[in-house]
Amino acid sequence: MSETHNESGAIGSHDSQTVEISAGLATPDILDPVDHRAPLILGAPTFHAITEAVARPLERPPTRGWWICFLISLSMLGLLGVSIAWLFWEGIGVWGLNNPVGWAFDITNFVFWVGIGHAGTLISAILFLFRQKWRTSINRSAEAMTIFAVMCALIFPGIHIGRPWVAYWMFPIPNQMGMWPQFRSPLMWDVFAVSIYGTVSALFWFVGLVPDLATIRDRSTGVRRKIFGALALGWRSSVRHWHHYEKAYLILAGLATPLVLSVHSIVSMDFATSQLPGWHTTIFPPYFVAGAIFSGFAMVVTLMVITRKAFGLEQVITMKHFDYMAKIMLVTGMMVGYAYSLEFFIAWFSGSAYELFTFKNRAFGPYAWAYWTMVSCNVLSPQLFWFKKVRSSLVWLFALSIFVNIGMWFERFVIIVTSLHRDFLPSSWFYFKPTFFDVSTMIGSFGLFFTMFCLFVRFLPIVATAEVKTVLPQAAAHAVEAPRIELDQQTPDGRRLDLAPGGAA
Amino acid sequence: MGALNGILRPSLPPGERFGALAEFASPTELYHACEGVRDAGYTRWDAHAPFPVHGLDRAMGLKPSRLPWVVLVMAVGGALAGMGLQGWVATTAYPLVISGKPFFSWPAFVPITFELGVLGGAVGAVFGMFGMNQLPTLYHPLFGKPSFERASDDGFFISIESWDPRFDANRTVELLRRLGATQVELVAS
Repeated sequence: MSETHNESGAIGSHDSQTVEISAGLATPDILDPVDHRAPLILGAPTFHAITEAVARPLERPPTRGWWICFLISLSMLGLLGVSIAWLFWEGIGVWGLNNPVGWAFDITNFVFWVGIGHAGTLISAILFLFRQKWRTSINRSAEAMTIFAVMCALIFPGIHIGRPWVAYWMFPIPNQMGMWPQFRSPLMWDVFAVSIYGTVSALFWFVGLVPDLATIRDRSTGVRRKIFGALALGWRSSVRHWHHYEKAYLILAGLATPLVLSVHSIVSMDFATSQLPGWHTTIFPPYFVAGAIFSGFAMVVTLMVITRKAFGLEQVITMKHFDYMAKIMLVTGMMVGYAYSLEFFIAWFSGSAYELFTFKNRAFGPYAWAYWTMVSCNVLSPQLFWFKKVRSSLVWLFALSIFVNIGMWFERFVIIVTSLHRDFLPSSWFYFKPTFFDVSTMIGSFGLFFTMFCLFVRFLPIVATAEVKTVLPQAAAHAVEAPRIELDQQTPDGRRLDLAPGGAA
Repeated sequence: MGALNGILRPSLPPGERFGALAEFASPTELYHACEGVRDAGYTRWDAHAPFPVHGLDRAMGLKPSRLPWVVLVMAVGGALAGMGLQGWVATTAYPLVISGKPFFSWPAFVPITFELGVLGGAVGAVFGMFGMNQLPTLYHPLFGKPSFERASDDGFFISIESWDPRFDANRTVELLRRLGATQVELVAS
């Protein structure tokens, strides 16, 4: 650990400042001379320092901490393999499903993982369109998270169908039976939405990676140079290439934005277009999208707290980034809370006895424990983000992000299982209890996710180096022509402005 | 083998010399140098920067990218294919009466049509961009220069090809020096 710390100090060229920052304590309030905002990247590093900070973790042998994380994740992934193998061998009966509760952990996990992915697309596409420059420090890892989350999500529809060898029936493939999928079904929309979402996310991610792969290629030798050389496709940082590249990136962001909103809307229609009380609700699409962003940001915070510490990226992923993400969690958490209360209002206002019963049963029936876990994790716990102290404490951020992850998993569980377990006919009411294999498959999906993430932080640049360089003050072509700061200018709190080394050359 | 060669090498005219490579100290210097090279009337040249420098395409006199047209065609094509597939399946290949709706109940086909439109657009944007940039091109004469490795780190370069009608080893190097290059070298083909 101490090794990482020493090296992180080398990011900036200004020693006293760097030491102060990598300790994670003070954030100097030096404002940008042009837009009067505090700099996004701390310590005023040079372009080369950014390259070093991002590329170094790839070029060192992995640390013990990485091996520990990787091996734990890998054994959880092994558990997934065993669970799925046993499921295929024995059948769906190894799960705790029963007659009214035909969907439980499987679809809960599916919706949970699709939702996790959405924060990645929000950061990479929507915040890009809104010109939120702070996204550059976290977009690469958030996009990676999206892809891995979609991978986890796609497992569940594949394995929950009981006869996995006919999983290809989900796709419009000409076959000897002359049968075609039913395109009027939201489940079919879902197949297209989620698989296209995964494809577009992967394309977007790869396009963003190409310049950084070239950076790694140019720094390395031997086999690594050949591998990264092939992956970088011969990128030579040409401005003629950047010209088309930037256009492609903008268009991809413009396409991914409606895509991500459509994906979780369509996932919600799997439920909303049914006639089941508790599912048949028009609020579902926006409610699901808000929840997806909420849970996704929680997962980004969970991952970033660890990654930033492990790789000494304190100056690139700053407390300000966490502050922004905490505020987004607060907002989306309240949207979700609003949706919970509105559902109850509509249940009463609709005058439908079945609807009202379902919601009373949800809050006070046999699954009340799950419902109130959800409410306390998703509605109450994020309220702590009103406090600046909580938003600037990594311990609090980490703990609350875990709470939100738990709460959002329970949200899907509550929606699915409480609506199903007491259907119209009381004689068929049944209580769903997870079996060992329900739980092991869920834990296993986390294993897949964290294994992929460990491999990602080990082998690929985890910060979009080229993009971070564009938000440094010296990156603007007219940096020199901008009004220079007078050396004796003072910050509002009376400190003297320090002209950053490596600033406008 | 021919296909592999296409991936490995750029299509350049024959000749011993690729051209001149000049390094500049900062994005600002590069910006003004690009304006200079553009105004001197060069056409076969390029700038290299580790990140997209804002406004540099204008300084180089590049025309707006035609990529959006590719994306438009691909997105519309994807959407049409989506609606076409669903309509054909619902009316011809596997007609089923669902809730007494007409066979071609197009509102139910909108989500998949939209998704396939997005897929077409995204594929068009990514592969159109790589196509316009003629990537992958795994080998390039510029990669022979060790200093050029900094183009993906913190180096700012202009390369002028020897096949440019205005190229003249002495005068081009002189121009680049005058424009503020910290270092100019000639690159073999």
